[in-house]
Amino acid sequence: MEAIKRKDDTRLALMFIAPALVGFLIFMVWPTLRGIYLSFTKFNLLTPPEFNGLDNYVRMVQDPVFWNALKVTIYYVVINIVVQTVLALGIAVMMQRLTRRTWLRGIVLTPYLVSNVVAALIFLWILDYQLGIGNRVIELIGLDRVAFLADGAWVIPTVALINVWRHVGYTALLIFAGLQTIPETLYEAGRTDGASELTMFRRITLPLLRPILALVLIITVVGSFQVFDTVAVTTRGGPVDSSRVLQYYIYDMAFGRFQFGYASAMSVALLVVLIVITFLQYRLTRAEQSDLA
Amino acid sequence: MKSRLGAFLSALLVAGCGWSGADAATESGGGTIEYWLWDSAQQPGYQKCADAFAQQNPGLSVHISQYGWDVYWSKLTAGFIADTAPDVFTDHLAKFAQFVDLGVLRPLDQLGPTGDINDGDYQEGLAELWKGQDGKRYGSPKDWDTIAMFYNPAALRSAGVDPATLKDLTWNPTDGGTFEKTVAHLTVDVNGVRGDEPGFDKNNISQYGIGSDGSGGGGWGQTQWSNFAGSAGWQVTDKNPWGTRFNLDQPAFQDTLSWYFGLERKGYMPSFAEIGGNNPVGPDKQIQSGLAAMAFDGSWKISTFTGLTDTSGQKLAIGIAPTPIGPTGKRASMFNGLADSVTKLSKQPENAAKWVKFMSGEECQNIIGESGVVFPARPAGTDKAIAFNRDERKLDVTPFTDQVKDKTTFLFPVTSNAADITALLQPRMDAVYIGDAPVSSLTTVNDQLNNLFKVAQ
Repeated sequence: MEAIKRKDDTRLALMFIAPALVGFLIFMVWPTLRGIYLSFTKFNLLTPPEFNGLDNYVRMVQDPVFWNALKVTIYYVVINIVVQTVLALGIAVMMQRLTRRTWLRGIVLTPYLVSNVVAALIFLWILDYQLGIGNRVIELIGLDRVAFLADGAWVIPTVALINVWRHVGYTALLIFAGLQTIPETLYEAGRTDGASELTMFRRITLPLLRPILALVLIITVVGSFQVFDTVAVTTRGGPVDSSRVLQYYIYDMAFGRFQFGYASAMSVALLVVLIVITFLQYRLTRAEQSDLA
Repeated sequence: MKSRLGAFLSALLVAGCGWSGADAATESGGGTIEYWLWDSAQQPGYQKCADAFAQQNPGLSVHISQYGWDVYWSKLTAGFIADTAPDVFTDHLAKFAQFVDLGVLRPLDQLGPTGDINDGDYQEGLAELWKGQDGKRYGSPKDWDTIAMFYNPAALRSAGVDPATLKDLTWNPTDGGTFEKTVAHLTVDVNGVRGDEPGFDKNNISQYGIGSDGSGGGGWGQTQWSNFAGSAGWQVTDKNPWGTRFNLDQPAFQDTLSWYFGLERKGYMPSFAEIGGNNPVGPDKQIQSGLAAMAFDGSWKISTFTGLTDTSGQKLAIGIAPTPIGPTGKRASMFNGLADSVTKLSKQPENAAKWVKFMSGEECQNIIGESGVVFPARPAGTDKAIAFNRDERKLDVTPFTDQVKDKTTFLFPVTSNAADITALLQPRMDAVYIGDAPVSSLTTVNDQLNNLFKVAQ
């Protein structure tokens, strides 16, 4: 009887998994395998790919624009992730400790409801050198106008902060969910012992939040490495190559210059970089263990 | 269970087929020719042509779609890949060689209606530009354009500059000639001091003498420095069309660019950052907002400039002057044109060719001429456009047309590998404009461009 039941469960389980599995195979596994294959070819999409061995990879190693793109991307990720995580943690703790109002917690999420392209367009206008209200305010304070999205030194920090604005609420919400899992009794005990809010944050909140923080970091770092739309809307990689992030360079190589083979090779490189970084993060943060048990 | 799973999967498959099936049906839709263009200002004119075409060809109709310049080309590329490209599309000289290489254009000589297009019917040199390296015709000429200098008469008046003198301006790479003197005089800093007066503050400008359309890395400086380089006797490639050696290392070019971008260093022309970097404010907006007194732009922008309003909503007066006379003793303008191409994906190439032929024919070109947006490729259509501007807009557009009449034009450089050239050149030219790299750095770029052709051959 039990054996039959188990057999039935397998079938049922397959039924439930099937839609996701089919999607995973068609939209994830197959394109990835095909992308890896294409990275060993010369391919312009309209004529059949020609196998050219490691040519694309040799070219990539020798391509200064590729290395610059990698550098620019890492610069972006560092600013984006550090600022975003610190802010999000602050907001989450405030949501947890200072307010219980749902609407106030909801407001934090609103920038995330705006699409990346719209957010980028709005900031493009706000920060416009000639007409932007942002530069008007800066002038009123008595400072010189800043070409936020047209000056090589400013573009990456600006783009990184635009994306912090959009994603910080969402990240805060994830951390907030993690905070909810920390038993209130620990804080009560802390208060009884006369610990300040700051001490409790350092001694209780942060250590117990580690698994969630690790998860949040892995998700946001992977997402951050794939920055594309904000750059495409605001700077198109410029000025010169100062905001030519890897994803934008790959896109331009494929759809602007019809070099899908080389673009695929760079995508594979990005994949490898992300696998390594994710693995390291996972190990370093011990994301699979919790101190709460 | 198994059959249910099978049913589910086949339902998925059917859904998939149904989707692509529906898509295919709209695409081949009987007798409707899909036509794409990017310039919204030209759409009304071509709609009139389409109406006339449908009337004369019962059973056929044309559906026009318009997409902005940037979106246009990515949508077209995607269309070629996904088999959703239009039957006919407006093509650009900077792009068509790439499409020929990719094998997505149909040679017009092999189609009945367009097989007998006669080069002599169009302004000299226009039709020849659209023949590939294989000698086949891939585009049927529809219009042409040149470059001139738009100016704000009010700015000239307050500076005491007589607009009539603009046509005699000369320039040279050493001291800039009378052109630079005029530009300096038209530049005003925030304290009201002019660019040629003592105490001029070049870092705080309220009105620049000449506007800027960017570094010009994307289109061989068409609306930026091409008229200067041309009137210095310089050519982009060893031969045109289908050059394979580039001349960016020549002194004539580098001296011209040093002087041209020097206008920005002197405070006479806005910087890369001031015009908005890679999302630039166009020359028309620069004149409208008072940022610039004069600006170079193409003839396709005439209707844009004449439609400008000032801050109080009044129509802004606009004047046009020819490009300045250079070291060769002549003025110069790039000569460029658009054409219509038929895609290989078209399920009705003969019908498509009929529409292409109609657009390059007398009737449609006259309609376009009378709409006053661009200069049609046929001389008669061009005359109609001149008359329209003179009578309806009270505007003298001969600074554009005289370049053709006086044979002071040079052709837009047509090469293969256009996408790679732009990708290599644009950032490097931007770097020169910004001041991150010296003009001499373009010699390295020139080697890279030459290598591009070595690799390709």
